[in-house]
Amino acid sequence: MKKLSQDASKNNKWIITVRKWIILVLFYAIVQILIMTNVINDYIFSTLVTVCINVILAVSLNLITGFTGQFSLGHAGFMSIGAYTCALITLRYPTVWGFLGGLLLGAVLAAIVGIFVGLPTLRLKGDYLAIATLGMAEIIKIFFRNVLEDLTNGAAGLSGIPQFVNWTWLFVFTAGTVALISNFINSSHGRACISVREDEIAAEAMGINSTKYKVIAFVTGAFFAGIAGAIYSSYFYFISPDMFDFQKSIDILVVVVLGGMGSISGSVIASIVLALISTLLQSFSEVRMVIYGVLLIVIMLFRPQGIMGSKELSFSVVKKWAQGLRQKNGGIA
Amino acid sequence: MKKVLVCLLVCVMALTLFTACSAGSSSDVIKIGINYELSGGSATYGQSSVEGIEMAIDEINQAGGINGKKIVTVKYDNESKESEAATLANKLVSQDKVVAILGPATTGCFTSQIPVANKNKVPIITGSATGDNLTLAADGSVHEYVFRICFNDSFQGRVMANFAVNNLSAKKAVIIMDSSSDYSKGLANNFKDTFTAAGGTIVAEEAYVEGDTDFNAIITKIKGLDFDIIYLPGYYNEAGLIIKQARTQGIDKPILGGDGFDSPVLLELAGAEALNNVYFTNHYSEIDEDPTVLKFISDFEARYGKKPNAFNALGYDLAKFVADAISRAENLSGEAIKNALADTENFAGVTGTLSVDEKHNPVKSIFVIELKDGVQHSSVKVNP
Amino acid sequence: MERFLQQLINGISLGSIYALIALGYTMVYGIINLINFAHGDVYMIGAYVGYFCMTTLKLGFFPSLLISMLVCAVLGVTIEKIAYKPLRDATRIAVLITAIGVSLFIEYATMFFVKPDSRSYPPLTGFLTKNYYIGNLFFSAKQILIICITVVLMALLQFIVKKTRIGKAMRAVSLDRDAAQLMGISVDRTISFTFLIGSALAGAAGILVGIYYNSINPLMGVMPGLKAFVAAVFGGIGTIPGAMIGGYFIGLVEVMVSGYLDSMYRDAVVFAILIIILIVKPSGLLGKEMREKV
Repeated sequence: MKKLSQDASKNNKWIITVRKWIILVLFYAIVQILIMTNVINDYIFSTLVTVCINVILAVSLNLITGFTGQFSLGHAGFMSIGAYTCALITLRYPTVWGFLGGLLLGAVLAAIVGIFVGLPTLRLKGDYLAIATLGMAEIIKIFFRNVLEDLTNGAAGLSGIPQFVNWTWLFVFTAGTVALISNFINSSHGRACISVREDEIAAEAMGINSTKYKVIAFVTGAFFAGIAGAIYSSYFYFISPDMFDFQKSIDILVVVVLGGMGSISGSVIASIVLALISTLLQSFSEVRMVIYGVLLIVIMLFRPQGIMGSKELSFSVVKKWAQGLRQKNGGIA
Repeated sequence: MKKVLVCLLVCVMALTLFTACSAGSSSDVIKIGINYELSGGSATYGQSSVEGIEMAIDEINQAGGINGKKIVTVKYDNESKESEAATLANKLVSQDKVVAILGPATTGCFTSQIPVANKNKVPIITGSATGDNLTLAADGSVHEYVFRICFNDSFQGRVMANFAVNNLSAKKAVIIMDSSSDYSKGLANNFKDTFTAAGGTIVAEEAYVEGDTDFNAIITKIKGLDFDIIYLPGYYNEAGLIIKQARTQGIDKPILGGDGFDSPVLLELAGAEALNNVYFTNHYSEIDEDPTVLKFISDFEARYGKKPNAFNALGYDLAKFVADAISRAENLSGEAIKNALADTENFAGVTGTLSVDEKHNPVKSIFVIELKDGVQHSSVKVNP
Repeated sequence: MERFLQQLINGISLGSIYALIALGYTMVYGIINLINFAHGDVYMIGAYVGYFCMTTLKLGFFPSLLISMLVCAVLGVTIEKIAYKPLRDATRIAVLITAIGVSLFIEYATMFFVKPDSRSYPPLTGFLTKNYYIGNLFFSAKQILIICITVVLMALLQFIVKKTRIGKAMRAVSLDRDAAQLMGISVDRTISFTFLIGSALAGAAGILVGIYYNSINPLMGVMPGLKAFVAAVFGGIGTIPGAMIGGYFIGLVEVMVSGYLDSMYRDAVVFAILIIILIVKPSGLLGKEMREKV
């Protein structure tokens, strides 16, 4: 009897995994076809790139802030390391291998800086940590602007970066990031991170080394922020130090909170929603930001926990929701 | 599984929703895109440029348009964000089907549009992005669809350095620059090269960042140094305060700057008595008796109730310059307009008479203007 | 030596401005643990109200100062009522995002009405135009005014918090909101009052900056707001003397780095020192070590 139910649950798991893969491949293929038939033109693709970059940034910051409870305002700093590394390498070696190498190296460098920043500062709590990480990002910005001027061209920035980002790479890195981070969260390490957020003292008492997990989350987040930066530089042709200021870090935080702290699918949905809002506001030239500000306030007043709260979107949730709808509509569906 | 497919379809539908229907260019209007910084850090420059552009386009339309066709503008705000500028350029080209894009104002945002222009063969023209190699690709070749009508950094820096050496017999200079601005750094570097080549020495290089208001520390520091002039390549918002604070602390040496000084705001911030012994390079001069300039200034004041600044004038010229090229183009294709732009010779604008050189930079004369009690006292015209 | 004294004067004047903005930050933070991102923008509104009073209404400095403080106080209370009060029980980070929304709204609504260009305060009259020289040392009447007003306001604030009934209520609410409510303290009114005072201070800072630098623009609150927040954290957020010390410290460090090292690295040095100090003292200079309860 026991064996049977185990088999059933194994089967179930397997089915879900296969289903996920099929959906991913289908989604990739459909978008690819739409791009080929030019239904998705350059403008939509450009918006899509922005969405994907925001997804990677928001999911990785969510790991630090949403799941591990460490308030970071320095995410743009890690992004800039990835962007500059990848840009400098692809400018020198304009091949796909140069791009991939640059992307990887950028992510690794961002992670290394993450270790150096994280080890001393992660002892800080709440807003003190936020300020320390913000300061770190500002220092990185000034580094790129003034110290490494010969390499980075200072305030003028780097332009003419070869474009290697196409839908395939975009999809691979975005889906990969989401998959890796959600797997991490569902692992025992991820649960340890969540326990640090919930109650650090209790977690310590249970033998969880909280500092270690904070640093792991921080460094992982930094690594993926580096990837996002690399993708940015390889699509948008131009980077400069001022792009990665604290305003950028705050933009990423807005996506995370809007989606729901501690919800990966929330981050993905929020990236898409914000892109839609931004697109709709493009024609309202001078009042664009006024409306955006009001929208932020209104959304937060009505859903302070964010779009998804801390729930994840899964098939069972969608099913329940659909069933609820059906019951509401008196069974007609 | 069905539901999953439904979900997928919904996703795809949402994506296709992005493709709003665009009317396409009907035959009796000419669509021009305006992609500017109307919010965010560079909003001052973007909004000023757009004021000039809109005034010019109204004038052209009132005069019957271009070859009988009215100009219609599609205006977007790129929030001073480079990625947004690129996305909007794509939108203007692929959905609004514009024949050319004006702007953005700053070098970074404008540069982000270049791949879009190259790929879709749509000319992009800026009135104020001054980065030296803006129109050149990494290998030194010219971007065919990229134009500008303002000086590049090296020209202004060089002219000012020569002026300092020859007209003010300066030997020692202090540079105060905006380290967050490529414009300011570019001018400073070119000034430095020319000035030292002519036998001068740079005594000190100081830096501030955009948005600073307190420069007393820098000024106290240089007060103790021995120098003949201060070179201050920056925008009027900070430059006005620096000049005021320097004069208040008793520094009466000449202060030299670039076209970033050209705004009524400079006078408001610094005050008339501080603006003595101040020189700056500019595209045009109020006291130059050119009727075009005088008419522009009075028209602008009548329309907006304020004196124009450099960005207003450059925006105005930008729209006129592009309209002039479109009127000469064989048809409304990007290629024809690009060729017409590249062939421009002796276009008489407010900011000078300009021709386009093989690098797509304008060839035009430059003025060195001296301020006395905040008003333009004399101007020297320097030909390229 | 003379140059050093001059830099000291520069640093203290700049520090006063940071301290003045940081005071408002710290008040609001102390009571509801909110990083009020809109604080810098309230300060900007204060500057514009002062500008309006002095140009259109032709008022003198002190009446304008009072009007500015009043308008900002009303604005601060309104913001709290509309945007923060409904989120009393939400997570702190949700309130933070709301604050960012408020901040964007104020910045760009202002920009829409007054255009983004900088404006300058009208020329001052009387005592405020004077400059004093002692040897080569220079200081202006405005600097004296700013330093005096900052010190007076801080003393007043300390007095209110430490010696009055409402101050006692503030301290009680910041310590334990529920317990304070049980003791018959009106939490809502206390929080409103805190916003009133903090925003009035921002208004005062705005008009003082207006006359001191005579340059105002719709985004002027962003950088000083950030630096004042850093100053408040540095001194230990939630403590009034801490905000003061933090403000003066940051002002002095900025000036000394520009004056004796390299102005290129001014902000980098400020942040580096800040990080080092936080690593040594994780809750700021005067902040209390909060022992977590198990």
